[in-house]
Amino acid sequence: MATDLQLTSISEKDLEQCLKCSICTVYCPVSSVTTLYPGPKHAGPDGERYRMKDRRFFDEDALKMCLNCKRCEVACPHGVQIGDIIMSARMKYSRHSAGLRDFMLANTDLMGTVATKVAPIANYMTKAAPVKSILHNVMGIEKNRTFPDYARQTFESWYRKEAAESQDKFEKQVSYFHGCYVNYNFPQLGKDLVKVMNAIGYGVKLLEKERCCGIALITNNMPSQAMRQGKTNLKSMQLSVEQGRPVISTSSTCTFTMRSEYEHILHLDNEVAKNNLSLATRFIYRLIEEGNVRLAFQKDFHMKVAYHTPCHMERMGWAVYSTNLIKMIPGVDFIMLDSQCCGIGGTYGFKKENYSISQKIGEKLFHQIQESQVDCVATDCETCKWQIEMSVSTPVMNPISILAQALDVEETRRLNKKPDKQD
Amino acid sequence: MNAGIFEKHYDVIIIGGGATGAGTARDCAMRGLSTLVVERYDFTTGATGRNHGLLHSGARYAVTDQESATECIDENMILRYIAKPYVEEHDGLFITLPEDDLAYQEKFVESCWKAGINAKVIDPKEAIQMEPSVNPTLIGAVQVPDGSIDPFRLTMANVLDAQLHGAQILTYHEVTGFIIENGRMLGVHLRDNITGAKREVRAEITINAAGIWGTLVAQMAGVNVSMFPAKGSLLIFGHRVNNMVINRCRKPANADILVPGDAITVIGTTSDRVPIESVDDMHVTPEEVEVLLSEGAKLAPALATTRILRAYAGVRPLVASDNDPSGRSISRGIVCLDHETRDGLAGFITITGGKLMTYRMMAEVATDMACLKLGVQQKCQTATTPLPGSDKSTVEEPENHLYAFNARVGRHGTLAPSIAAMDDYQNSLVCECEEVSVGEVAHAIENMHVRTLTQLRRRVRLGMGTCQGELCALRAAGILCASCKKSIEEEKADLAEFLNERWKGMYPVGWGPTLSEAQLTSVIYQDLCGITSPSMKDRRQEP
Repeated sequence: MATDLQLTSISEKDLEQCLKCSICTVYCPVSSVTTLYPGPKHAGPDGERYRMKDRRFFDEDALKMCLNCKRCEVACPHGVQIGDIIMSARMKYSRHSAGLRDFMLANTDLMGTVATKVAPIANYMTKAAPVKSILHNVMGIEKNRTFPDYARQTFESWYRKEAAESQDKFEKQVSYFHGCYVNYNFPQLGKDLVKVMNAIGYGVKLLEKERCCGIALITNNMPSQAMRQGKTNLKSMQLSVEQGRPVISTSSTCTFTMRSEYEHILHLDNEVAKNNLSLATRFIYRLIEEGNVRLAFQKDFHMKVAYHTPCHMERMGWAVYSTNLIKMIPGVDFIMLDSQCCGIGGTYGFKKENYSISQKIGEKLFHQIQESQVDCVATDCETCKWQIEMSVSTPVMNPISILAQALDVEETRRLNKKPDKQD
Repeated sequence: MNAGIFEKHYDVIIIGGGATGAGTARDCAMRGLSTLVVERYDFTTGATGRNHGLLHSGARYAVTDQESATECIDENMILRYIAKPYVEEHDGLFITLPEDDLAYQEKFVESCWKAGINAKVIDPKEAIQMEPSVNPTLIGAVQVPDGSIDPFRLTMANVLDAQLHGAQILTYHEVTGFIIENGRMLGVHLRDNITGAKREVRAEITINAAGIWGTLVAQMAGVNVSMFPAKGSLLIFGHRVNNMVINRCRKPANADILVPGDAITVIGTTSDRVPIESVDDMHVTPEEVEVLLSEGAKLAPALATTRILRAYAGVRPLVASDNDPSGRSISRGIVCLDHETRDGLAGFITITGGKLMTYRMMAEVATDMACLKLGVQQKCQTATTPLPGSDKSTVEEPENHLYAFNARVGRHGTLAPSIAAMDDYQNSLVCECEEVSVGEVAHAIENMHVRTLTQLRRRVRLGMGTCQGELCALRAAGILCASCKKSIEEEKADLAEFLNERWKGMYPVGWGPTLSEAQLTSVIYQDLCGITSPSMKDRRQEP
């Protein structure tokens, strides 16, 4: 054989590495509850071969059933980017521009900006039966779905008023990519993060300009907007890194999107994110592991916690950082739930056509949570939180919030204080 | 199914179930002749099933063989009409590389025009835009109306139409001799290749359409048809590398045609004379693989790093002329021999030479000759009557399970709605790579002479995709076993046969993912299911 021929096998997203073993389909949450979805192998590498022949073979209705959990990619023994093939095909071949519903669901930034200004009304409206009925029947947003409340004050405005000033006194700094959920719906998580980071001796800054990571834009087929927002975020991250601040986030999905989807789906150069963006739990755990940070906890803290692994957390392989951090808390009685999809898939479960599939997917997880009788479920993804809180009565917390509750702030601060220069 | 066949006296017996035999059967039946096709194995087992699937524009032969070029472009236009669903009209490029003589292009284009082929010189930059996979160092490009055609579907459509017009078909019936009395051929001796039973059938005219095997058939009748068996090897790549045919703009040589067809790309061919005794068992050699790859990568550099699914080889039925070691300069023109005038044997015609592209014209010429002898006045209508599946009706999209729908329409055209697709079971996929549903398998078993996995593969592409049968063979075996009322032992042997045949094609390119695939397949079937190779004595001598 001539030396330079057939030494490697190269194909778009490694589709030719697929040996058709079908283990991805075994692990697909959607395939496990419906026969209408052909499964990741068929929707992905199999289908792609035919889509290359003719776009007629693009089966939008089938491919839209993929909830982009990427569990197929975790299952694949040959590293085929199955979920990426499916998502890219939807972007490449779909001729439908996003309708009003998808536009609203995907533009979390815009909706959040408007809704927080009128939070009490917005929150009342999204719970009112007539409004839900209109949303359901006219727009196709599932009426049984609970919407996350909007906050009266965004995290950013709280930060500027209450926290910004005090961050400069810390020698070490990070930038916090808070994401839409923290900013518009649940600023408390952001406050918890500032509390924890400050306790271990890190100041928290915001990025110069933060836009929604764009995952909902990607899954709702608005690639050009996603690309614009992605570029803004990457530029801000670059600036932050140049100023000596790595970037952390409390959302596994935002983190995954910027580290992986930006490159694989949007084809953005995201080296800066891949090298410098981390999940807060991973960032902190690594500091502890390296011996650079120590935590002290309140003696009387007790909590029975079950950890749910969000799909994108599974894809990154990072659940271990969050769980190990939680397990460090002496008062925690820890249970690891089976790693399985909760069914929400971001905006997926909000759409009325997906609602029953979404709930069916989550059933096993909901059951396991109920059986476990824990005080709370810990997870790193906000949409998993909505899904679990809506479907099971157990409250859901981000590991950072649990840490913030359990932490003995004064003692931790003391442990991590740098010796004074005079000493 | 075969009741009454052996008692009947036919107008015509056609030997051979390739494109030419099927096409001739269709033509004869349409002209009202009582027609029987005898094929020693399955349809499309010879050169029909072992070529590029190229819908030649004729440009390839324009400079060297005007007659073939003209035939090609005429038939090209006819096939676009009569075999619409089985044809892909994606055009082709003839590219000139720095190592080629650009002056040839002018002669080439001029010859194309002379043959009636619409050849258009385009800017190399435009060519790259039209076909991004093409070698970017090209210095010249000509666009021609090449395309691709599915020879399996084309042949079956001819068979189906022949049957609709009353023709009868005997597959697995091999001609073992002829009934000849007083210089006239009266019929054929047959052996049933499954049961071993011996039979004879009689007809006014016997047409030898057995491709390269035609020389052996003629020998049995005591006449000499000197053939030139030219082996051509090809490689199948895992996905579509190109969407237009890419040819080299030079005198025809090895590995200079890259054809996209279905979900794959085919590079070919080589051309070497082989002994006639070897034509039943062709193997692709490492040297041929090397030539195909190194030359192919000049057409589209991506071939150097694209997964290869398999290698295969066919034998061209060229009619020997001068002393030409490769057969490249032998005319691809049609040869129709009237053995009555040529050899003094009445009632016997040989139709040979030609190519897949000109199968219909070959059929017409042979049928014209048969009609003349039988005193039948009917004119040929095969050029103007669409084949089954090609009519003007539209096929409505189903509400659900669209994912197997397009593949079904692609393979069966307007006949697709007759495939059961009512419930989840019928819609579920047997072969996922090629989207073959349970309903389509059942349809093939019922209407297309299917009893084995290999036959099923030829009808519906089952097992022709990336996994080469790894996933689908077992599922299809289950359906065949139940539908054809076969014993489990019989089906297990069929399974082993099928998988071995798949391996034969993977072996010459057994590296990378293809080797992993083969290993996974062997783990599943050999280690897990305990399917073992059929012993030599049980193995059917089918190619």
